[in-house]
Amino acid sequence: MKIVLNGSEREVPDAVTVADLVGAVSETDAEGRGVAVAVGAEVVPRSQWGARELAEGEHVEVLGAIQGG
Amino acid sequence: MPSSLEIAGRRWDSRLILGTGGFRSLEVMEHAIAAAGAEIVTVALRRVDVGTPGSLVETLDRLGCFLLPNTAGCYTAHDAVLTARMAREAFGTEWVKLEVIGDDRTLYPDATELLDAAETLVAEGFVVLPYTNDDPILARRLEDAGCAAVMPLGAPIGSGMGIRNPYNLAIIVEQAGVPVICDAGVGTASDAAIAMELGCDGVLLASAVARAKDPVKMARAMRGAVDAGRLAFEAGRIPRRLHAEASTPDAGLPSFSP
Repeated sequence: MKIVLNGSEREVPDAVTVADLVGAVSETDAEGRGVAVAVGAEVVPRSQWGARELAEGEHVEVLGAIQGG
Repeated sequence: MPSSLEIAGRRWDSRLILGTGGFRSLEVMEHAIAAAGAEIVTVALRRVDVGTPGSLVETLDRLGCFLLPNTAGCYTAHDAVLTARMAREAFGTEWVKLEVIGDDRTLYPDATELLDAAETLVAEGFVVLPYTNDDPILARRLEDAGCAAVMPLGAPIGSGMGIRNPYNLAIIVEQAGVPVICDAGVGTASDAAIAMELGCDGVLLASAVARAKDPVKMARAMRGAVDAGRLAFEAGRIPRRLHAEASTPDAGLPSFSP
């Protein structure tokens, strides 16, 4: 199925989870400090990354800490 | 030593808040933070595409910094609120430097969107530190909305133009019941000292240090300036006079024969 990850369309397996996507784009450790995920306009708490499966066409934003004023 | 700063019930020894943006390298940033003596540093969130987002956070954690996420780049209350929620998740903090800007030429805050976002975030339990115009009325409205501090600009972000409207900052300080942090506009040490002498409770700056020729040395200068400005404010300056007033008494002045 297709989803949109950080603005780019991606082909992913069915039942892919938020945790799978975070693992694919970042080398962050399991604790994931400095990383946050939203699906649509909803923030997905870290505790639900493994359980939250994505559906066709959903928009996912995976954000990480950068330097900023 | 100047007195400590209290924001939302937490005490801080340093009144200098450092932005982490604009440094040439993490190593320079690390040394500058240490030289500044800053306890609170700002961070931002952007899309993770590749790489290791951990390294910045690891560095700041190692320094013992308190991370204050910002909502830089947000133009609407909707985006700023969502970014703040993501920052809470990413950094495990309720504190947020709220930025809602109006355009990319001035980076001035959008007053109505800012107030709207502040109200929403306060209702959700955030400790909201809004970057605001040097407008006493808006500052009051933000305080009334429950913000933990107000952070008026001295001049546009990154401009280094200094404190362009000291009278407005003085009015904001005079009326505020929450800490006033001068955020943006500082170009060099004297600007930070002026903000503190006006009675600001702290200064938040990034570019002035990060983009200085020697960021670590400038960080040290800012630390001194913030301390000096605060001490001068607490000490109470003398009134300005048009004419001279001798500091040496006339009494006992000799009268020499010609």
